[in-house]
Amino acid sequence: MNLMEYQGKELFRRCGIPVPRSQHCKTPDEVAAFIEKNPGKWVVKAQVLMGGRGKAGKIKFATTAEEGRKVAQEIMATPMPPNRQNPSGEPIHSVLVEETLEVALEAYTAISVDRTTKKPAIIVTKFGGMDVEEVHEKHPESFATFFVDTAIGYSPFIGRELAFKTDLDAGYRKQFPAIVAGMYDLFFKYGAKLVEINPLVLTKDGRVIAADAKVEIDDDALFRHPEFKDWQQVLPLDEDETLATQAGLGIRNFRRFGGTVGTMANGAGLAMGTMDAVKNAGGEIANFLDVGGGANAERVRSCYELVVNHTGAKVFFVNIFGGITRGDEVAKGIVEALKTTKSRKIPLVIRLTGTNEEEGRRILADAGMTPVETMDEGAKRAVELAASGVSS
Amino acid sequence: MSIFLDKNSKVFVQGITGAEGSYHTGRMLAYGTNIVGGVTPGKGGQKTEHGLPVFNTVKECVEATGATHQCIFVPPAGAADALFEAYEAGVRFAVCITEGVPVHDMLRVVGATPGMRIIGPNCPGLISPGKSSIGIMPGHVFKEGNVGLISRSGTLTYEVVDGLTRAGLGQSTCVGIGGDPIIGTTFVDCLREFKNDPQTQAVVICGEIGGSDEEDAAAFVKEHMAGTPIVAFIGGRNAPPGKSLGHAGAIISGGFGTPESKIKAFQAAGVPVADRPSEIPGLLAQRMAVSV
Repeated sequence: MNLMEYQGKELFRRCGIPVPRSQHCKTPDEVAAFIEKNPGKWVVKAQVLMGGRGKAGKIKFATTAEEGRKVAQEIMATPMPPNRQNPSGEPIHSVLVEETLEVALEAYTAISVDRTTKKPAIIVTKFGGMDVEEVHEKHPESFATFFVDTAIGYSPFIGRELAFKTDLDAGYRKQFPAIVAGMYDLFFKYGAKLVEINPLVLTKDGRVIAADAKVEIDDDALFRHPEFKDWQQVLPLDEDETLATQAGLGIRNFRRFGGTVGTMANGAGLAMGTMDAVKNAGGEIANFLDVGGGANAERVRSCYELVVNHTGAKVFFVNIFGGITRGDEVAKGIVEALKTTKSRKIPLVIRLTGTNEEEGRRILADAGMTPVETMDEGAKRAVELAASGVSS
Repeated sequence: MSIFLDKNSKVFVQGITGAEGSYHTGRMLAYGTNIVGGVTPGKGGQKTEHGLPVFNTVKECVEATGATHQCIFVPPAGAADALFEAYEAGVRFAVCITEGVPVHDMLRVVGATPGMRIIGPNCPGLISPGKSSIGIMPGHVFKEGNVGLISRSGTLTYEVVDGLTRAGLGQSTCVGIGGDPIIGTTFVDCLREFKNDPQTQAVVICGEIGGSDEEDAAAFVKEHMAGTPIVAFIGGRNAPPGKSLGHAGAIISGGFGTPESKIKAFQAAGVPVADRPSEIPGLLAQRMAVSV
């Protein structure tokens, strides 16, 4: 679960990380009312999960209540423009009105989970305020990383060491170890996978402040934090995620790609392998779908309907290799799904093997279907059917 | 030989009376796994439907049965606890099938259990064909032989193994290391074992987009296993960037973790990368200079 800036900053506040004075507002009127009561130089920032707000004109300045109302209206009038990762953009439902900082310097710091060392990694560079991947390309030598021993946890020497190694301006040094301490506290207390401050600003009057907040909470740890329920509700799901949820799947188990060969497999690895097989057979993939373990009739039907009704699939290639998923259960599911669905019928190519495969194949055969033997064969058959439009 | 697991490994199942635990205990027994008992708190003293003794704690189970290998089928919130309990009872080998274990739980576990070999979590387990199986892999697909296999995925592993078996290439041990961000055992950990295993003559590495485990594996092969026939495969090559597909690991971000970066790393190590699973047996046979 990725948090929006205002949510991340709320956690920063709870963990003692300095953030600018701010007010979260849901309407232009609220923005105007806040500035009316609190005269000063304010910046109004769209609250979205997408990056690139500045370039999209979704961060604007205001010094009067009227100006605040006007820029908030402008920001909220149109959604964030689409990019490759978010082809339908993102609507803007709220803004953060924040104190304008007199910026002297901008640095970058983050804590994330490192797979290789199996430890939390604290990453720092003195070049902040830009896309961190760009910085990494241009100034790879500017980065320093510390892998934290979880048995010891964070200790201030780590922050000091990183500040010296990255040649952080002396103005940062006194406050930096305590800020990283707050980040580490947040990281562990809330089960975060990422805590990122970009930029970490040194102001002209010598304050060190987190000007932005990017926090990702581990979905698997959410059961320990029921207090995030309210926040979760305001976080946008994209269309694919919404459809996946409606079909009873995990939000990451379904993605559309615009082709004509619908796919379904059990397990993310096989589902990706199935897409690769379709591509290798010269076909265009309609979707990625991992049905998960223990696929029953209802789940199979909802997946069938999801693909038939919401993608451009002309054929549905079901690829099941049973481990924890039982072949007979899936076969029953497919037969039952086709019997009960009210959606239109498209040809099915079924590859079923693994646990209880004979039983599964018998059930399919009894219902008049013929499973194919291998994944490549199934992909080839599916691509041919999609091209010819002939039903099986 | 084989790695991690053989006929004599004494296995106990944590969560043995749960639906999945009980079902897969039956399947493991049918395969020949030496399961000596199980743990379900509150059900100590009972017998399972398979006639195995149930204990309230891991310590009691280990003391009574001499079990050395733990197989975990408990819900996500209890997985770290199960691993800690086993560690404290002296167990040094565990397989965690559970999906959805919080990342921070695993950070704590791997940091606090030195010397313990943990496979998973979110994995199908491991199998030394003809000898023993821990987890949920469909045993009949496998065949005893001398190819070691390591994979981040479950079902894709079965796909690849099926191809190997049909081509007459049996396996020494197949390890499903799991798709989570923090896993107990990586490709490199397994390669180190395969390198020293006399039964293992060749290795198949089934990688995936995202992360850098494949790059690390390629670097290890280049340095330590240059003479061993090895073939790799990268799943998810047609996935769009920036989107995560199912596995937490299968996310491409930036230049790292892309299929290109992984393929390049393997090729630099002299490891051919199959375009599709069905090509793996042929490529491997070529490298092993045997005919399929």
